[in-house]
Amino acid sequence: MSIEVIKPGLASSIQDKGRQGYYHLGIPPSGGMDQRSLITANLLLGNPEGAAVIECALMGPELRFTETRKVAACGAEMLPRVDGDPQPLNEVFEVPAGATLSFDFVRAGARLYLAVEGGIDVPERLDSRSTYALGSLGGLHGRTLQAGDSLALLPVHGKAINGRSLPDNLVPVFSRRYELRVMPGLYAHRLEPDSAKRFYQEDWSVASEADRIGYRMKGGSKLDFIQREPPFGAGDDPSNIVDACYPIGSIQVPSGSEPIILHRDAVSGGGYAMIGTVISADMDTVGQIQPHQKVRFVQVTLEQALAARARYQQVLEQLRNIP
Amino acid sequence: MSNEMTATTRYSQAGDEFLFVELNEEMTLEAFFRSISITQRLREIALPGVVEICPANASYQVRYNPDVLTAQALQEKLEALEQEVASQQVRTLETRIIEVPVLYNDPWTHETLMRFRDHHQDPNATDLEYAARINGYDSVDAFIKAHSDTPWFVSMVGFVAGLPFMYQMVPRERQIQVPKYLRPRTDTPKQTVGIGGCFSVIYSVRGAGGYQMFGVTPMPIYDPADEQPHIDASMIYFRPGDIVKYRAVERDEYDTLLAGAEKGQFSPTVTPFTFDLDAFNQDPDGYARRVKEALYEH
Repeated sequence: MSIEVIKPGLASSIQDKGRQGYYHLGIPPSGGMDQRSLITANLLLGNPEGAAVIECALMGPELRFTETRKVAACGAEMLPRVDGDPQPLNEVFEVPAGATLSFDFVRAGARLYLAVEGGIDVPERLDSRSTYALGSLGGLHGRTLQAGDSLALLPVHGKAINGRSLPDNLVPVFSRRYELRVMPGLYAHRLEPDSAKRFYQEDWSVASEADRIGYRMKGGSKLDFIQREPPFGAGDDPSNIVDACYPIGSIQVPSGSEPIILHRDAVSGGGYAMIGTVISADMDTVGQIQPHQKVRFVQVTLEQALAARARYQQVLEQLRNIP
Repeated sequence: MSNEMTATTRYSQAGDEFLFVELNEEMTLEAFFRSISITQRLREIALPGVVEICPANASYQVRYNPDVLTAQALQEKLEALEQEVASQQVRTLETRIIEVPVLYNDPWTHETLMRFRDHHQDPNATDLEYAARINGYDSVDAFIKAHSDTPWFVSMVGFVAGLPFMYQMVPRERQIQVPKYLRPRTDTPKQTVGIGGCFSVIYSVRGAGGYQMFGVTPMPIYDPADEQPHIDASMIYFRPGDIVKYRAVERDEYDTLLAGAEKGQFSPTVTPFTFDLDAFNQDPDGYARRVKEALYEH
């Protein structure tokens, strides 16, 4: 009744929809960075859509199944193989008892979600099975998977059907260039107007420091902050603020260079000015961008953000109604 | 208080799920008191659609579900709560005073800070020596006394799980201030006590950090493994609004307390307390003495 980890992959962790209500104590939501792909994998199997899955970043794990289980792999294009035989993405297939499930190198996207019928069984911590590695909380022993780990599975429910697949029009399309929609605000008024404008006009590329906490961006011009007498308690750097909360998706610019987009394992607060926030509909996309890929930031209004949110929810509704 | 009169609350939409509210650009006890009062009221009224309520030092943030509650309706509610808080005759906060024992100048932060001297403003001094000098104290001991003699307000919990930011309850001209390291360290011992800017912190987990390091506490403050009876199911000990009183301890007592903590037998000295902002503002030094009396006479 378990999955044995032979090779852990680059950064594989147990995730579900995440936890809510603890951010004021410094505990971030965690959960799959691409929620849509996590939900897709679960729905294909007939699981509750928030069942715990394995999130595999850039390089997948090698897993040995001690019993036969139906699985679904969605998100980044890393071809699954059972004992070496290729298997489809976005479609339910079976891993026989004793077989090894492995993944090819990633061709597109950054994170694959491997769901098993029933779901992964780790203890719920603060109402979620999601791993928050920085705080050693949740998942398996509060950390990413390691060789030798054994993952318990919840019982099968019998609703998973071999070959059930995602309709083509719902398969996500990955790219090498992305546009991320941002609502300017927070401390954007502290930027020199030219810098505030240039941020949205230049190409940025994702740095190698891109993980569940945040995505660091490089390649654009240094942003200048308006000179001023630092407010009491803020610190001397022009990019400092009196330590405040960081919204998930907010973009901070320490010392004006290398902006960081915070994601689901965010540090919950700190003393760097944030200049805008990636809208909720684009956060899944962030989790699928590989290091060195290109990003443009696009300014949107709240109305546009809400319209994008409604379209995102329509897609989730379609996923819930797959025949 | 003049800076408070001119400070205008600034509301900022942070994407479609967060409303960020800056009460003052600079850190003041007034702004913190408003942040904690408004967010407490918001928690009490349990407004449908509100998902996370996060008070911070001089600001706060609300995460909401825009499918249930519009940004405009939320902002109007927060403006009303701010009015309500501003019109209060009695400005008090029900809280608790907690004693935090500290081994200052300990071997572990010392070893760590020596590894990162090239990240520091003054590579030839320790963090304590540097902080004492730039704050005008003629010895490290005098600085430690200043750090541990006055109460501190927990004005924010966060950065990482359970890390308290604390604001010193003394008139501004006597507040300890130190810059953060020039470049952050990649290592900080767990339960390190330090300062950056005007905020004292206790690092809840081992990891990166940029605050000057002064000592360590044996008191567990984050409990993901559920091993500490003094920490509830939230796994986090501190709450915004708590009042902390540091107490300098010697190595023997530190070792005893740590050995107890490792067996799940740490029992903090703590007492309930009603904080009165106006009484504090009228006589900060007298109030600090009252806090100490409340803690130790209880």
